[in-house]
Amino acid sequence: MKSISQKIVLLSFFLLIFVQANAQRFPKPEFESGYEQPSPTTPEPRSNALEYLDVLILLASLSLASWLVIKRRSRRGVLWLSIFTLLYFGFYREGCICSVGSIQNITLALFDPAYKVSITVLIFFLLPLVFALFFGRTFCAGACPLGAIQDILVFRPVSLPVWVRKTLGFIPYLYLGLAVLYAATGTDFIICRYDPFVGFFRMDGPYTMIIIGIALLLLALFFARPYCRVFCPYGVLLNWMSRFSKYHMTITPAECISCKLCEPSCPFDAIEIPVSEKVRTQKVLRQNLKRFSLYALLIPVWMFIGGYAVSSSHVLLSKAHQDVYLSELLIAHPELKSDTKNLDIKAFLESGKTFDELVANASLIRAKFKTGGWFLGGFLGLVIGIMIMNQFVFRTKTIYEPHKGDCFSCGRCMDYCPVVKLK
Amino acid sequence: MAEEKIIKRREFINTGVRFALGISLAGIGVAAARKATTEKWVWQIDPAKCTQCGRCATDCVKSPSAVKCIHAYEVCGYCDLCGGYFKPGVKKMETGGENHLCPTAAIQRKFIEEPYFEYVIIEELCIGCAKCVKGCSSFGNGSLHLQIRHDLCDNCNECAIARVCPSDAISRVPASQPYIIKGDFHGGSKA
Repeated sequence: MKSISQKIVLLSFFLLIFVQANAQRFPKPEFESGYEQPSPTTPEPRSNALEYLDVLILLASLSLASWLVIKRRSRRGVLWLSIFTLLYFGFYREGCICSVGSIQNITLALFDPAYKVSITVLIFFLLPLVFALFFGRTFCAGACPLGAIQDILVFRPVSLPVWVRKTLGFIPYLYLGLAVLYAATGTDFIICRYDPFVGFFRMDGPYTMIIIGIALLLLALFFARPYCRVFCPYGVLLNWMSRFSKYHMTITPAECISCKLCEPSCPFDAIEIPVSEKVRTQKVLRQNLKRFSLYALLIPVWMFIGGYAVSSSHVLLSKAHQDVYLSELLIAHPELKSDTKNLDIKAFLESGKTFDELVANASLIRAKFKTGGWFLGGFLGLVIGIMIMNQFVFRTKTIYEPHKGDCFSCGRCMDYCPVVKLK
Repeated sequence: MAEEKIIKRREFINTGVRFALGISLAGIGVAAARKATTEKWVWQIDPAKCTQCGRCATDCVKSPSAVKCIHAYEVCGYCDLCGGYFKPGVKKMETGGENHLCPTAAIQRKFIEEPYFEYVIIEELCIGCAKCVKGCSSFGNGSLHLQIRHDLCDNCNECAIARVCPSDAISRVPASQPYIIKGDFHGGSKA
């Protein structure tokens, strides 16, 4: 008995020495041959001044785009500007820094007390929105590299039925909501991770995203700007701002003569055609008002259903978080707790954290998803409710106008207008 | 007359909503500006936390990875039998390819004086697989370790390897001190 305990003491003594010596097992030798020790090279990152240059270039291209579209009325100018944007923010800056992704940085900054957001990212988030509030979505026309790469590929755009467009128009809201939820919980930046075109800008990337990117660019030949219209989460915010913008691009420089020439010119189906007065009989109006009020009253119901549905699926949504994934895996398969072949488990074991700490953190994150799910679902319910309600809104329209929310201000329609402004 | 009234009402609503949107934008701006910093931040690996899992070589958006092995000479023991250079269990300490631990032969071994050798990383060849880091940390001083090279890194909004790093070793550091190199150096902070 005694010898065993002695052995243990001896062993632990050696172990202690070993741990102590671990820091520097072999001391640095004293060289006699006059050897000079080199130091590792440390190339500097891109300088901060160049980041401010990016902000200036964004400001310049936004101003130029707004001027070209509203004052100068030049489609050609917008085209050249978007090519410049594609080259600078796309291929030179390799798609990063971008306003679309900045949504997530701002969200994380608002929710994570430890996260600091760079001032340039904040400006990249705000500036296009402020411009949209005054001049419409000129960002989409001339300052967004993702828009530019699709816009130059518009070849033979087809027009989709209204109901298809409206249904697809829901996806950006879902994407925006999920991006905010995942950023707020510190899980993932899904907009950046699933950016389909950044792989082209970098000439490098995961092959799945490259294939999706190629597919979207091929689609863009016939369905103009697919990413902007069906996915872009930043487009949702720009849409809201642009709807109430102070100025906006107009199709005609003077008075619209309703000649219909511009009708097929928009590849994005963003031109609203005049609504005939004949359908607006008193009976139809009254019926519409009734339906409108009914669906307006139903909005809280959609919000509740949405909130309940998304919040109930918080278990599924939270799986994307590393800690939740790992603790779920270890609870389902306790035998894996000592599996050193699994990298995540091995690193977890080496980190010195206990299993209980991991589970506690995971359930905290899951609770965040549960609360966040109510907000996300409520938001989506609100969007669906307003979309349905808007089916019964009719506005008198006598002239051809771009839809202020959907119009990218690309300026194609301007070239189709035969009206000339007399000085 | 009625038309004019409708137009006026629409304009009024438009202006009202525009102001509301403007104010909410300003609100978000101010709330975020309180957390804003003028300093630039870059991604870096903390060598003390790294567990040499090998994902740096496979998960960076760049190929080959922007992560390279660097040699912190200050903590190197200049061993003859280098755990980062030689495969475990080599019979002779010769520089033949069959003895290399590095899959791309990116480590150069130079004789200095008996019995010391200098090991230099050829960065163009290094893929950031961390095999040598593992060898050096298990048998030696741990002077070989991974760092994100800022001439290669795109400084993505969300670092693809930080997301998959099992030991949370990758985080943002101020661009004024962009490297975490073991030992005492001017280029980085001490680890």
